[in-house]
Amino acid sequence: MSWNRKHLLDIESLSADEITTVLDTAKAFKAVGERAIKKVPALRGKTVVNLFIEPSTRTRISFELAAQRLSADIVNFTADASSLKKGETLKDTARNLEALNADFIVIRHSAAGAAHFLARTLNTHVINAGDGSHEHPTQALLDAFTIRERKGTIAGLNVTILGDILFSRVARSNIWALTKLGAKVTLCGPSTLVPRTFEAMGCRVTHDVEEAIRDADIIHLLRIQHERQRKTMFPSIGEYTTLFGLNKARLAKTKPDSLIMHPGPVNRGVEIDSEIADSVRSLILEQVTNGIAVRMAVMFLVNGGKGPQEITGG
Amino acid sequence: MPESTIILNNVGIERALARIAHEIVERNEVSADIVLVGIQRGGVSVAERLAKNLSQIWNAPVPCGSLDVNMHRDDLGHRAAPTVHPTLIPFDVTGKTVVLVDDVLFSGRTIRAAMDALTDFGRPKRIQLAVLVDRGHRELPIKADYVGKNQPTSAKEKIHVRLTVPGAQDEVVLERP
Repeated sequence: MSWNRKHLLDIESLSADEITTVLDTAKAFKAVGERAIKKVPALRGKTVVNLFIEPSTRTRISFELAAQRLSADIVNFTADASSLKKGETLKDTARNLEALNADFIVIRHSAAGAAHFLARTLNTHVINAGDGSHEHPTQALLDAFTIRERKGTIAGLNVTILGDILFSRVARSNIWALTKLGAKVTLCGPSTLVPRTFEAMGCRVTHDVEEAIRDADIIHLLRIQHERQRKTMFPSIGEYTTLFGLNKARLAKTKPDSLIMHPGPVNRGVEIDSEIADSVRSLILEQVTNGIAVRMAVMFLVNGGKGPQEITGG
Repeated sequence: MPESTIILNNVGIERALARIAHEIVERNEVSADIVLVGIQRGGVSVAERLAKNLSQIWNAPVPCGSLDVNMHRDDLGHRAAPTVHPTLIPFDVTGKTVVLVDDVLFSGRTIRAAMDALTDFGRPKRIQLAVLVDRGHRELPIKADYVGKNQPTSAKEKIHVRLTVPGAQDEVVLERP
């Protein structure tokens, strides 16, 4: 058990021991979500602000439920309604929230380093809910939790992350978390979206999908991010599906106990066959359930974190 | 160099738990209504021993669960987050007499948190408290129904309860700084 951080900003700076502490704590919080009374008073009287400068539904709702199940009060601050559109800077917005005596700020922003910036600027606890293409630490923690719950351990597993990796914060955070916990990570997708530079993070890069998933225990699919500039990256969605989509024929050539994950939202018929997404090998909905428990654990842990935290990166 | 004194050895612990079990039997006529809940971590093994004693007396199994109170503590945010251990209460507590079990009773704050946590699982008919050692220094109006040993202490002293399997090495040690 070791956790003395005031913020959760990224996975890169966490130790394997700290990641394991989050996963162990989340296990207890998952049990809370399964009771008739799904609420504990751990954060009673605390105020959490969901500062979502980039749109998100599932992450925001997951943090909302997590805060509520810890008895905290939570308010949502979204880009549409915000004064950021009226020209206010992120720093001013955040300091206004702090002036409201917010205890936690959960931030989603399109700029890498936004969470680190707030952590340096404010006295509140800061939790990164996704910053540009940098990191999405709670997603990686919930993915690791889901894998550990189903496979018992993470060390020694083969995890293949398949899809649009270049600008994926989910991929980056997952690579850090999984390699720290001892998994062997393989990345696969079109060469334009999966450059070999990722090998520097300690994973294997291949552009042959069947080879990439053959020995995988976990196949982690990522959506093609249409909202980012994708037209120049590969010819067409149809070609992507043909070359990299997970279909029954490809799945049949993997280990019989390989499991499929996806952080959502799923584009059925593009990166994954509809039938596979709904099969017993799909952990997609378990990931959603576990997300609440992991976010409860993160808020619970950083609440007690007082230690000086060197904020690097961002 | 801290000085340690054994205040209960394995025989003493066994006797104390046997006596508590008989007191529970005396106070509670209907065995079917009794469940034990040990408080993580130290109370769990004490509760298991008591459950074993009670099932021998009643010749029927006595349900025994474990409760972690860390999510209900009143000092969260004032210290590093505590390690949370599993809460396993695989039975309904509503309408039952729940005997909360802990190893050492000190400020009483853990028991306050335990009663709050327990009521999230149902509405017990009554809650009783059994502890192996009561060391005094209460900060809340809480009193144990069953006490293995009353041990006056100074606030600086520590009490270590070591329960082992199969039990020959059991001891309760008072450590003076």
